[in-house]
Amino acid sequence: MKFKWWYGALALALILAILSPLASASPDGLEKVAESKGFVDSALAPLFDIFPDYLIPGVRNEALATILAGIVGTLVLFGIGYGLARLLRTKKSEA
Amino acid sequence: MHIPDGFISTPVAVTGIAVAAGSVAYAVKVTNKKMGEKQIPMMGVLAAFVFAAQMLNFPIPGGTSGHLIGAALAAILLGPWAGVLTMTSVLIVQSLVFQDGGLLALGVNIVNMGVIACFVGYYLYRGVAALFRNRRLGVMVGGGIAGWMTVVIAAVSCALELSISGTVPLNVALPAMAGVHAVIGVGEGLITAAVLALVLAVRADLMELQKA
Repeated sequence: MKFKWWYGALALALILAILSPLASASPDGLEKVAESKGFVDSALAPLFDIFPDYLIPGVRNEALATILAGIVGTLVLFGIGYGLARLLRTKKSEA
Repeated sequence: MHIPDGFISTPVAVTGIAVAAGSVAYAVKVTNKKMGEKQIPMMGVLAAFVFAAQMLNFPIPGGTSGHLIGAALAAILLGPWAGVLTMTSVLIVQSLVFQDGGLLALGVNIVNMGVIACFVGYYLYRGVAALFRNRRLGVMVGGGIAGWMTVVIAAVSCALELSISGTVPLNVALPAMAGVHAVIGVGEGLITAAVLALVLAVRADLMELQKA
C-alpha cells in the first residue's frame, strides 16, 4: 500500500494527543476573565458526564487517562471529518 | 474560549443555536458535491489535528493559558464552508463527549469559533497573502495575521454575548477578553503559519484544495 500524505498528518495529530499531558493547567483566556471579573461561579455543571476534563474514567494514572482521551478523540474526529467529507464529495470520477 | 452553560442567557443561547444550525445547513448545501477526493482525507486530518491541538494549552504570562482554535487553518486549507463543518464537528464532540463547552452554549461556540472565525480567517488570509510576491512569505504572513485575528474577533464576539446576556458589562468584558486573546492569538498565528509552511514544503498542491 502506497504511503499517503495524510498518514503522516494523522500521525502528527496523534503525537499531539500523546503530548497532551504536557499542556498548561492554567485557566484559559475566558476562564481567567470570568475569575477576575467575578462571574466564574455562574457556570453550570454539565447535564451529563462522559469523559469530563479529557480523562478516560477508571484509569488511575492521570497522564495516561489524558493521553487515552486524546487518542480516542483524535481518531473519532478523523472518522467524522473523513466520513462527512465522503458523504459530501463529488462523483467518484473527479479525483 | 469554550463557553460553559450558565455564562450566557437562554435567549442568547437559543439565538446562537439557530444561527449555528442555519450556517451548518447552508455549509452542507454549499459543500455538497463540491468535495474532491483529495479533500476527504484533508477534512479528516484537520478535524483530528484541531481536536488534538486544542488539548495542548500553552502558557501565557499572568497565569493564563491558551490553545489553538484552528479555524483559520481549516478555512485556509478547505475553504470557509468546509472549515465551518470541520470546526462544528470538533465543537460538538468536545461538548457532548468531553464536557468542554456547554450544551446550550454549543450554538454560540459554533458561531464564535466556527462560523465567524472561519470567514474572518479565510478572507483575511486571502487578502494579505495576495499582497506578497513571494508565495511562501505571503502564505506565512497571511496565515499568521489571519490566525491572530480569528482569536481576537472570536473573543470580541464572546464578550458581546456575555454582555447581552447580562453576565458582565461590555465595558468590562470587551477590553478583558480582547486583551488576553490578543496575546493568546500570537500562538494561533505562529502555529497557523508554521503548519501552512509545512504543507507548502511537503505537498504544495494541497494548498489549492479550497479552490476546487
